[in-house]
Amino acid sequence: MNDRITGNVWVLGDDIDTDQIIPARYLVTSDEKELAKHFMEYTDPELAGKIKPGDVIIAGKNFGSGSSREHAVLTIKGLGISCVIAESFARIFFRNAINLGMPLIEAKINANSGDKISIDFNDSVILINNKKYTFKKYPDFLKNIINAGGLINYVREYKW
Amino acid sequence: MGKTAVEKVFSKKSHTDSYAGDYVVADVDYVMVNDITGPIAVDAFNSIGNAPVRDKIVIIPDHFVPPKDIKSAIQYRKVKDFALNNGIENFFDIGNGGVCHQVMMEKGFAAPGRLIAGADSHTNTYGALSSISVGIGSTEAGVIFATGKMWFKVPETIKININGKLKKGVEGKDVALKVLSITGHDGATYKCMEFSGTAISSLPVNERMTIANMTTEAGAKCSFFDTDDKTIEYLNKRVRGDYEIVKSDADAHYESIINIDADDIEPSVAVPNSPANVKPLSEVRVEIDQAYIGSCTNGRIEDIRKAAEILKGRKINKRVRLMVVPASQEVYNQALREGLIDIIVNAGGYFSGTTCGACLGGYMGVLGPGEVCISSTNRNFIGRMGDKTSKVYLANPSVVAASAILGRIASPEEI
Repeated sequence: MNDRITGNVWVLGDDIDTDQIIPARYLVTSDEKELAKHFMEYTDPELAGKIKPGDVIIAGKNFGSGSSREHAVLTIKGLGISCVIAESFARIFFRNAINLGMPLIEAKINANSGDKISIDFNDSVILINNKKYTFKKYPDFLKNIINAGGLINYVREYKW
Repeated sequence: MGKTAVEKVFSKKSHTDSYAGDYVVADVDYVMVNDITGPIAVDAFNSIGNAPVRDKIVIIPDHFVPPKDIKSAIQYRKVKDFALNNGIENFFDIGNGGVCHQVMMEKGFAAPGRLIAGADSHTNTYGALSSISVGIGSTEAGVIFATGKMWFKVPETIKININGKLKKGVEGKDVALKVLSITGHDGATYKCMEFSGTAISSLPVNERMTIANMTTEAGAKCSFFDTDDKTIEYLNKRVRGDYEIVKSDADAHYESIINIDADDIEPSVAVPNSPANVKPLSEVRVEIDQAYIGSCTNGRIEDIRKAAEILKGRKINKRVRLMVVPASQEVYNQALREGLIDIIVNAGGYFSGTTCGACLGGYMGVLGPGEVCISSTNRNFIGRMGDKTSKVYLANPSVVAASAILGRIASPEEI
């Protein structure tokens, strides 16, 4: 994981469920790039085409609610999203992201799509629109999984 | 300090003295995957390179089987090959399986005190049988295939006491919707929802399964119901191996306690686009195009009996397609023996083999633009059962059957 991320933000609302992130009918593949084409297709069909690698998603509460489909995280990874910030995350989405080494931040941020953001994971600081936000560091247990690059590497490294 | 049931199970399975908030690495009793979540789990397993922990692995294709297209056939083949090539005995192919959660319970994997991880969000369902069963992702399921273990955060517990006598027409689904109307769609995120009270103990096991199933819609990690005579009667017919009954201590710490008077629970409908968007049935009168009875929520034999009782000797409304999809082959066989399929087909309904298909807009009952469905399933998100402009209303199976007859959302009392 990079210690520092900068990019454009895309702002989404509350309760973005996994059926919105990637509708079930596309779950016939686990190819990240293929899945990425259909990100948020029902609610904003043009969004997937506008997102650039390195961009950051900022969402409201309960992001990723619903299904256990890891495809939701794969879809977001396939877009090249570098981090998802949300007021809160649904449980399985949170696990899947950690296990795939995708950084998540729990924070309430005021922003508009197109704003520039910079995130410093060492200092746990977010800079956006000349405003500074701090966020809680991960517990060591989760940090180790993310730093290993995900659960598979972690399990190898820690010899489960 | 005393412990909740979930703290006890995670302590035991991780060989630690753990409480809510602790991270543990625990031995998992069973890990289950389906045809959607399984392929990624197989890749994860292969990349680790261990031998599989065969006895713990359960594979149940259910979402897009029989395969709906070539891509789903390839995914299904991948989990099937994994099972056959690795000597996984607990592989339940179509004809012998069904919707994964129903199979996990009726084939005796779910039992009190067990820790079960399932790569499907509605794994919460086995809390009805006093299991600690949690939904997980695919990569981690693959890691359990290879190690038998997984990391967990021990959850806080919300206690839900429901006391009194449930009103006529109120089913497990209505209890679940009442609870969701209080917690909202994320009010139990990361938490265990533990149910007790006289209204709960008077409910049959199948209705408890419906309630347990829908704790997922409140964001819960798992659910828990105490083991009683009804649980044991269900288990005696099917359980594999020994199990240990577990119960929360009297002085256990609960994150919060919700008290509900059974008298305050009405037959209800969750209106689009959230299962927590609950209205009394009497206030919802919407014309429908499809009525769907099935799924891990309400596709059990008791649900099909209720529907058949309402449909018997009647015809469904011309504007409606009624789909009845049993939650497992065992449920199908029982419905056949009891003559329920005849009743449903004679009423003009369509009775199919078991699949998750339509519940998630996969196939076998996908909604077109603007179509409206009353469904016994658990989710009514935007586009859940098909086109993004279609709408899903959630209700108990009796309401679904009555609605199929009247062509609009209706109470069985109107029939």
